[in-house]
Amino acid sequence: MKASISEKRGRRSIRETAIERILFLAGITATISVALITIFIFGSGIPALLDSGFVNFLVGTNWSPANGSYGTLPLTAGTMAVTLTALVLGIPTGIACAVFLSEILHRKAARVFKFAIELLAGIPSVVYGFFGLIVVVPAVRTYILPLVRLWDPDAHTTGLSILSGAIILAVMILPTIVSLSENAISSVPAEYREASLALGANKRQTITGVLIPAARSGILASIILGMGRAIGETMAILLITGNVAVLPKSLLDPVATLTGTIAMEMSYASASHQQALFAVGIILFIIIMLLNAVAQGVSKRMGVNQ
Amino acid sequence: MKKRSIKLTVAALTLSLIAMGAAACTPSDTSDEGDSAETVDTPEPTTVVIAGSTSVQPLSEMLAETYMGDHPEVSIEVQGGGSGQGIKSIEEGLADFGALSRELKSEEEAVAAEQFVIAKDGIAVIVNSDSDVSDITVDQLLKIYTGEITNWSEVGGSDAKINVVTREEGSGTRDAFGELTGVVGKDENGDTVDNTVESAIVQGSTGAVIQTVSTTPDSIGFASLGAVDSSVKSLKVEGVEASNETVLSGEYKISRPFLYICGSDPAEQARAFVDFIFSSEGQAIVEEAGFIAVK
Repeated sequence: MKASISEKRGRRSIRETAIERILFLAGITATISVALITIFIFGSGIPALLDSGFVNFLVGTNWSPANGSYGTLPLTAGTMAVTLTALVLGIPTGIACAVFLSEILHRKAARVFKFAIELLAGIPSVVYGFFGLIVVVPAVRTYILPLVRLWDPDAHTTGLSILSGAIILAVMILPTIVSLSENAISSVPAEYREASLALGANKRQTITGVLIPAARSGILASIILGMGRAIGETMAILLITGNVAVLPKSLLDPVATLTGTIAMEMSYASASHQQALFAVGIILFIIIMLLNAVAQGVSKRMGVNQ
Repeated sequence: MKKRSIKLTVAALTLSLIAMGAAACTPSDTSDEGDSAETVDTPEPTTVVIAGSTSVQPLSEMLAETYMGDHPEVSIEVQGGGSGQGIKSIEEGLADFGALSRELKSEEEAVAAEQFVIAKDGIAVIVNSDSDVSDITVDQLLKIYTGEITNWSEVGGSDAKINVVTREEGSGTRDAFGELTGVVGKDENGDTVDNTVESAIVQGSTGAVIQTVSTTPDSIGFASLGAVDSSVKSLKVEGVEASNETVLSGEYKISRPFLYICGSDPAEQARAFVDFIFSSEGQAIVEEAGFIAVK
């Protein structure tokens, strides 16, 4: 009896240890991958940063690899301009859409709508880019430009611009913002809704005064995830922002982005140019890290407040 | 390469992050190691690898397909990467042929033991089909692309701002166009300078350039002659229509060769493939692909 129990226990502990080891390996693989990628990017990019000088590289306004000039400010500005404009367009639309789906639309119809919006996430980004190039770019030129000319008669655009890129990006981040915000709003306890209505608030007041504030941590998380997606987006933006590495002066100016520049120039780049592109990767890396840190900080604080 | 990655893994497991960071931060050119080494490092005797210009790639693929159909014992692998990659892969011994869509630069001649001009390609200057300009000079192109001329009225068109469209830096087509028009020149120190106007729209592929020019009024761009379709208008350069005949005869100024280069005497199978390209069947494929046959 005793022997068989300890035998069983022994067998089990061998199995347990094996499983533990496998889980440990799986866990460490992910961690090591991150570490190796980080080290590789920094190792490849730092020489370029040192070569052109850290400050020059960050705030230099001339990106012209063929002439050995690496100033990334136009690229960072381009990424920021497109991303922020996309957020300005995407956040109100996304949150309004989420409210509509969870609070106003009939549940069955909402399911269809939600499915359609989630389908947007499945469209390859190069398809978005091509659509943008054929539809949005000419539309910005033919419909938006005349409007802008009312204020500024000298305005000029080919349509390849921050605005076109932002419109497409806004559509691309909608699925993230809508589905996460919708989840957050739906999971606000029913008591909140009932209490608000019982106090005499109407539906609009309940939504703006109770539901959205109560769901704010989820909504914020969705916005930050959407922003992450917008900053990292490459193919779509590459086709429609014109890739001109000059500081933009208006929303109708073309810009080059950090990711687009890496994607477009990497295949040809040699020696110092390649290192410079890795250094651009470092900037991108740092921006995304900061964003993640902010996201975690924000959701933690929100969580405590709730 | 394998050894290195094993070493790295071992290091990662045993050393602390900081120690690793210090080791990896020593400037070393490790960026190429993953590129194509695992497939090309030791080509099997019957594999012919061609790497380089993306302009030549579609043609190489068509040639390879037909050739492999007739010679099942040979496998031809066509890789892109750009003309620069064509040189690099020969230098590093990763390919049998490097493909270039431009003349060899003088500093690159040492790399190429032998070069074969397999086809010629004209670069068409294209404008939006609504444009009323139909003829342009190389000098005007230079001035348009360096930002000296910014209005169509200066080259005989209507009063409208010129929307300049170009390719990304490093593109073989951009290099060829730049060198043939003088947009890429030398400064007083003898360094190569690309003077393309800063405000030029950059597109990453031939198709994107044509698409942009076809949908943007008052725009000008350039693309391989073989790729240009009726959605855009192709300009005469110095009064010469861009066509196969004018490129071959040298009358059309903006044209370039498609080269295969090799580092040493090509292997038997590789040599046979080149012979096939220069056969009438091979040259027919060159024409079918929209380029200009050389034989």
